[in-house]
Amino acid sequence: MQLTADNLTCVRGGRTVFSGLSFRLAGGEALLVTGRNGAGKSSLLRLIAGLVHKSAGRLALEGGEAEAPIAEQAHYLGHSDAMKAALSVAENLQFWTSFLGADDAEIGPALEAVDLVPLATLPAGYLSAGQRRRLSIARLIAAPRPIWLLDEPTSALDAASQTRLAKLMRQHLSGGGMIVAATHGAIGLDTARELTMGPE
Amino acid sequence: MNALTALMLRDMRLAVRVGGGALMGALFFLIMVVMVPFAIGPDLKLLAQIGPAILWLGALLASLLALDRLFATDYEDGSLDLLMMGSTPLELAVAAKAVAHWLTTCLPLVIITPLLGLMLNVEMNATGALMLTLLAGTPALTFIGLIGAALAVTLRRGGLLLAVLVLPLTVPVLIFGVAAANAAITGAAPFGPPFTILCALSLMSLVLGPIAAAAALRHGLE
Repeated sequence: MQLTADNLTCVRGGRTVFSGLSFRLAGGEALLVTGRNGAGKSSLLRLIAGLVHKSAGRLALEGGEAEAPIAEQAHYLGHSDAMKAALSVAENLQFWTSFLGADDAEIGPALEAVDLVPLATLPAGYLSAGQRRRLSIARLIAAPRPIWLLDEPTSALDAASQTRLAKLMRQHLSGGGMIVAATHGAIGLDTARELTMGPE
Repeated sequence: MNALTALMLRDMRLAVRVGGGALMGALFFLIMVVMVPFAIGPDLKLLAQIGPAILWLGALLASLLALDRLFATDYEDGSLDLLMMGSTPLELAVAAKAVAHWLTTCLPLVIITPLLGLMLNVEMNATGALMLTLLAGTPALTFIGLIGAALAVTLRRGGLLLAVLVLPLTVPVLIFGVAAANAAITGAAPFGPPFTILCALSLMSLVLGPIAAAAALRHGLE
């Protein structure tokens, strides 16, 4: 499986965020997108996720499900958690597993992977920022998709959770998955390649 | 569980929990209709005459009340991004949300109509027909409102814009809804023609609403 970007250009609100961006990512590889604020890291992730139109260039996934667009084979972990405060932790996760077409049986192991089992019945509104982040990470575990698009995945996470996330990411990579992560610091992936955006 | 069922159940659950808008519409409807006899005075004949119009206006405004939050909450917490990334077509997902909204806000309106009809001196035997017109007409209100909700999604004060956008489009529904209800009450005109047109309006918006709303959402999220 290979994700290829060729001369990607992104224009948002009349401003060229980035242009002529190319990279190649094979299964089992991770790409760390770095750069100063406003360099277009988040825009690149949203573009791959199909949430922003590309103005020029080519983006293709080879070896995946040929019929499905990249957006349907990717998970996007953005700045917001996509969790409803009025629903419990388990209900939130159950909804996303069902909506993304995964098996309900995955909910238990996913909650265990992010260490949220004791809080399963608590309304998500009572969670701390770090716990909410862990809940949205559980979504990536419960509904397997080959590409993970992570925007600042370690923000709000404590040291133990960061180690746990790094382990989950390595598991995902060893299963042939791909990770594109926008970040300012190390996220615990030694093998990852780096893509620096914007002027130096 | 099927993706669309899951989405509908989630929205219905959210509507009846703390901070949801399920009962707000019904309460607004109740208050508004109860206030009318006080404003008009105890003229039973006049009340019976304007009763259907008041009930329809009340239902129209009440159904718009919670509509501006339909996509706005999902937009604010990032759920909308993920809904667009699902393998379910956005048109169907949007329709599922609208059905959940109709079941939680419009269906209660229809159910309390007989009680309110009593206050407006609508004859008991005409109440059934009045309920039927609301049952057939309110889906049109929800699905037309859906387009407005999708257009106003990125605006912070979308509620007002939504009303301005949507209310003119609901005029035909109002005309034929009240016409059918009046026909049932007075018996002066046949009930069939306005009622069938009302059903047609609902069916039309059932098809057009989700397509237009999904297009508006795709465009608005750029």
